[in-house]
Amino acid sequence: MDLVAKLGRQGINFTIHLGSSLLFLGSALKGAAASFSRSRLIIEQLYAVGVLTMLITVVSGLFVGMVLGLQGYYQLVNFSAESNLGLIVALSLVRELGPVLSALLFAGRAGSALTAEIGLMKATEQLAAMEMMAIDPIKRIIGPRFVAGIISLPILAALFSAIGILGGYLVGHGQFGIDSGVYWHSMQSGVDLVKDVLNGVIKSIVFGFIVVWIALYEGYNSPPTSEGISRATTRTVVWSSLTVLSSDYLLTALMFGE
Amino acid sequence: MQYTSEDFIVSASDIHFAYRNRPIFDGLNLAIPRGKVTVIMGPSGCGKSTFLGLLGGRLAPTSGSLEFDGQPVLAKPSASLYKMRRKMGMLFQQNALLTDLNVFDNVAFPLRETTELQEPLIRIQVLTKLEMVGLRGAGDMQISELSGGMARRVALARAIVLDPLIVMYDEPFVGLDPISMGIILKLIRNLNDALNLTSIVVTHDVKEGCEIADYMYLLDRGRVSAHGTPDQMLMHEDPAIEQFMKGLSDGPVRFHYPARDYLEDLQDI
Repeated sequence: MDLVAKLGRQGINFTIHLGSSLLFLGSALKGAAASFSRSRLIIEQLYAVGVLTMLITVVSGLFVGMVLGLQGYYQLVNFSAESNLGLIVALSLVRELGPVLSALLFAGRAGSALTAEIGLMKATEQLAAMEMMAIDPIKRIIGPRFVAGIISLPILAALFSAIGILGGYLVGHGQFGIDSGVYWHSMQSGVDLVKDVLNGVIKSIVFGFIVVWIALYEGYNSPPTSEGISRATTRTVVWSSLTVLSSDYLLTALMFGE
Repeated sequence: MQYTSEDFIVSASDIHFAYRNRPIFDGLNLAIPRGKVTVIMGPSGCGKSTFLGLLGGRLAPTSGSLEFDGQPVLAKPSASLYKMRRKMGMLFQQNALLTDLNVFDNVAFPLRETTELQEPLIRIQVLTKLEMVGLRGAGDMQISELSGGMARRVALARAIVLDPLIVMYDEPFVGLDPISMGIILKLIRNLNDALNLTSIVVTHDVKEGCEIADYMYLLDRGRVSAHGTPDQMLMHEDPAIEQFMKGLSDGPVRFHYPARDYLEDLQDI
């Protein structure tokens, strides 16, 4: 009986959170729309959310591309198909690994920082102070961060894929001696701008939307204690990662299904 | 009792409020006289800060009426609520300064966000307010570089930068050294008189509260248990009020938390 009650309580809590996060999304979108008239605020957040996440994205992209180059070559060489290494690396990155891995990195680096920042602003009464100064924190704080997150992730994902492709080239050409013309040409002829590149961009826009929504919601609703902020930050990373991975499956099925 | 908005800038009648099913106010009635320093005191958890939340429209009472400057306070975010808040300044217990801005920008923040003033005018306003709190020379300092007392003075400069009608102080004496405490006491009185403000000071520091107050309210169990001038409050004969005002360790509020017999408890070992 306890188990049933516990399940019921968790179900109710989940529904409450879902409802309040949807309400939050509505006001955050209004705040985001209002923030377009304050481009300076968006630029500041593009730096905090996007530029500061670049280093981890570039380094990760390079190594993921190099690993793809290694694994791809070891398999392709068995069929004397190593000339297709560029295509394998590019398609893997542009379609899946670029958007997904950069979103996971973005959730860990920028999403957690957003949650902690907003949670701490709440705990130190900065948000309440803004309200008392007749300044809407949703417009001043949440809106610009929302826009910056959605703009940043597609750029970071593109950077991740580009550096990854370069990493694959370093391994393919530098280590295994694949001709550079062959590496790049296989990519040029096999990667479709709309089906592969554009779909990858759409995925990263969706992932950016999901991650900033979760991160800002968790921060804005975190209990104003150190434990509360810590739990909210953890929830941001866990929920963002799970939602990105599950929505990736849905998007892939929609985009690439026959 | 009917309070007129000419004499009283804030009036609360029969306010009921509960936080997470815990009743905080159970028929609160009080009025804040214009141009005076009114101190609201009471034990921790009696709802002093909650009253400021209700007055600022950040919380909504379950029932009762609350008026500011002759207008009802409606807690729902709206243009009229924001217009009302522009007439209110608030000093938060934790100062609530924006840590990514320096001192000058913190004080300028409400002006830049809520007015169309040009930067030279903003500069004049900010420097005037910083001069009032004695920190004109600290404009370039970061918030992390400030002492507790300085941070509170910056927050005070920010609270008065929009020239409000009323300034609310939430526990302004907490965590200050004696010199900073003296400065804040002097500033509350001087700013109130010089700028023709009304000040509401929420505190549980009896000595400082009595020193600064024109009028005092003592809250207990969701209602006003006593009110009057500091002298009247200090001479109050009610044992519960006397215990609070004199800080007696035992009285109607017992030193010992209710427990079963001491001997019985020991014999259980």
